[in-house]
Amino acid sequence: MRVNWKTYNPGNFFDEIISSPGYARKPARRLASYLHSLTHEKLQEKKTAAALAIKTMGISFTVYSDAGNIDREWPFDIIPRVIAEKEWNRTSKGLKQRLRALNLFINDIYNKQQVFKDKLLPKELILNSGNFREQCLGVQPKYKVWAHICGTDLVKDKDGKFYVLEDNLRVPSGVSYMLENRRVTKRVFPELFEDSYDVRPVTEYPAQLLETLNSISPRRLKSPEVVVLTPGIFNSAYFEHSYLAQRMGAELVEGGDLVVEREKVYMRTVAGLSQVDVIYRRIDDLFLDPSVFHKGSVLGVSGLFNAWLKGNVALANAPGAGVADDKVIYTYVPQIIKYYLDEDPIIPNVQSYLCVDPKQRQHVLQNLDKLVVKPANESGGYGMLIGPQASKKQLADFAARIKANPRNYMAQPLIALSTVPVLGDHKVEPRHVDLRPFVLQAKDSYVTAGGLTRVAMVKGSYVVNSSQGGGSKDTWIIGDD
Amino acid sequence: MLLSRVAERVYWQARYLERVENMARLLEVFSTLMLDLPPGTKLGWRTLVQITGSEIAFDGRYKQPTERNVIQFLLFENNGMSILDILSLARENARTTREIMPTEAFEEINNLYFYVRDRAAKTLTRGERHKMLDEVIAACQQIWGMLAGTMSRDEAYSFVRLGRGLERADMTTRIVDVGSGNMLPSLSSTEAQPVRVEPYENILWMNILRSQSAYQMYRQHVRNRISAVDVVKFLLQNNEFPRATAHNLTTLSKVLARLPNNTGVARQVNKTRQMVQRANVNRLLKRGLLRYIDKLQIEMAAIHQKIAETWFLPYK
Repeated sequence: MRVNWKTYNPGNFFDEIISSPGYARKPARRLASYLHSLTHEKLQEKKTAAALAIKTMGISFTVYSDAGNIDREWPFDIIPRVIAEKEWNRTSKGLKQRLRALNLFINDIYNKQQVFKDKLLPKELILNSGNFREQCLGVQPKYKVWAHICGTDLVKDKDGKFYVLEDNLRVPSGVSYMLENRRVTKRVFPELFEDSYDVRPVTEYPAQLLETLNSISPRRLKSPEVVVLTPGIFNSAYFEHSYLAQRMGAELVEGGDLVVEREKVYMRTVAGLSQVDVIYRRIDDLFLDPSVFHKGSVLGVSGLFNAWLKGNVALANAPGAGVADDKVIYTYVPQIIKYYLDEDPIIPNVQSYLCVDPKQRQHVLQNLDKLVVKPANESGGYGMLIGPQASKKQLADFAARIKANPRNYMAQPLIALSTVPVLGDHKVEPRHVDLRPFVLQAKDSYVTAGGLTRVAMVKGSYVVNSSQGGGSKDTWIIGDD
Repeated sequence: MLLSRVAERVYWQARYLERVENMARLLEVFSTLMLDLPPGTKLGWRTLVQITGSEIAFDGRYKQPTERNVIQFLLFENNGMSILDILSLARENARTTREIMPTEAFEEINNLYFYVRDRAAKTLTRGERHKMLDEVIAACQQIWGMLAGTMSRDEAYSFVRLGRGLERADMTTRIVDVGSGNMLPSLSSTEAQPVRVEPYENILWMNILRSQSAYQMYRQHVRNRISAVDVVKFLLQNNEFPRATAHNLTTLSKVLARLPNNTGVARQVNKTRQMVQRANVNRLLKRGLLRYIDKLQIEMAAIHQKIAETWFLPYK
């Protein structure tokens, strides 16, 4: 049976391909009719070919609970997600704007702290944040940029517009899957690239990343020594670490490969010690240097933080950059953009209620069963309340918690994530998606063409996380013609 | 500049891959040999267990060295020594050196691993086994070719050559062991049914040469009928044949010259090479070949020690 767009039913959600039964949105028209032109067998054949390519290419991710099998193949849906270039250009501008403002904000917090003097937000909010590092006070990294690599999570609501759900300023991952998804799709649908669509390439990301990293080297060298610091093969993103190192031609190092002598960082090579200029670190702040942060950390390098303070090595992202990605700070980002850039935010936040404000708190408490409540300093969905799915007892319990510590909570309406078609075993069905573009900033800024689309593979589910049954899709930014 | 840790992984990746290839060659030649030899000889599958130095592990698991048990043990059992296990080690090392090694080579190793894993259980029948072992040998050759054709002649490639050269030099001595030390006495010593050795000696040595793809080159090099002395000399001392021990030790010397701080390793390689070149094979075949090969293997283990001390250990 062929794909039938007339019976495809996204229900009350915004579907990115189909606007009403049988009718595709403009940018997706050729894709929809191409899919319809294929027989069921042909489509399933392509699905199998993609699975095989993923296995051969060794695209994998790690699941911790999966004892003995540390790498698993990456779940992938072959139907690409299509976004018009015009919409993307605007979004891309908004992402650069946001990161520029966030970097100015972080630099201000660790230096002049003008933002507190002007009472944009209370000082305690920052000082109490689990991601604030007082050891970084007074430091000014090159170009005053702290977060060089940012993964911003975007969602589309019922109105079909992008909203920012979250900024990831610590060690955002997923970009290698974005690149590999494109490679797989090219193998599976070469004819679509050839004849139908002008798809913007994504392959330049590693070169852009290397350029960004090169530009922050303290030594002025033609090719500074750039390394990727990984916690090792047991980390869930190890594939990505080695992938990016390979694509940049950088060394992939573990903590044990590095040593600090006379406030400089060296790596141990077969010819002896060799100086390192830039470290793209993929381990958390607190594990970077056991002499400053977690004492027991074996992942990091003793003396590394001091070498950075002295300006002898660059760290991307800089320690302490995560202070700008906690949930409560998030609610201030529109004001932060206005304050530092005197511009209106191009991409809006999801509407949020700060429980610390009495009026907003009142609204939250009255509508708890319709809202999602998030604690300020947690990540990964811990300590969250999803109102529409909670029991009476959970609701009462959360209401008490909010009243006891209002400053620690913010709330958002449950967003009706947009849908895209996913190829099941028997038919094409709508599933919810989000999008993580990657933004780079040093001297200049760069945004990936699209990003990583994550899909909740389970019907009706909002969970797009790969460790919980989420998958991904290739994302196409296509020119209007 | 190559990281010590990466050098170590690249080196082991090459060693494991070479080991897989040689194990496949050994299993293949043995399976054929068993068809050619007369019933009543005591030559048994146990010999394979001895050659690979895994008697203790084998005896801990099996009572009888039957074909089924030995093949299961050496091909796919989860015991750290089977082809499948060594292949998974090669794959793991390849996975952790992806930033250095060509992507295509990783993909080949990855595919080879899945290929063996998915077929292993079917290969207890000889026909299937033959097909699979051929495939494994061909895939290994393809990977070597791919590395040779795509890797720059830098330090990483030097460690590939070191690992492969040392493993190959060592495995060739083990294969010489098959012919000389282990099998002939058992061939002739079945008292109830005495079997004349000579007609089979020829078959035996021919198969040993074949296992190393050496039969043709041997024929071009040695014009006489196949004899133990000539075969052992060829496999140990020939400098031109790429699977001969002497050739590989010479290669090691050349590769070493391109690496920093090489004196200690070079000295040990030279010592071993002289031991191979000066050996009197005629005399050793009459007496003492087994002990000589044991000693040779100890020297080769010492080469590995030196390599590790010089280039790998500093990072620990």
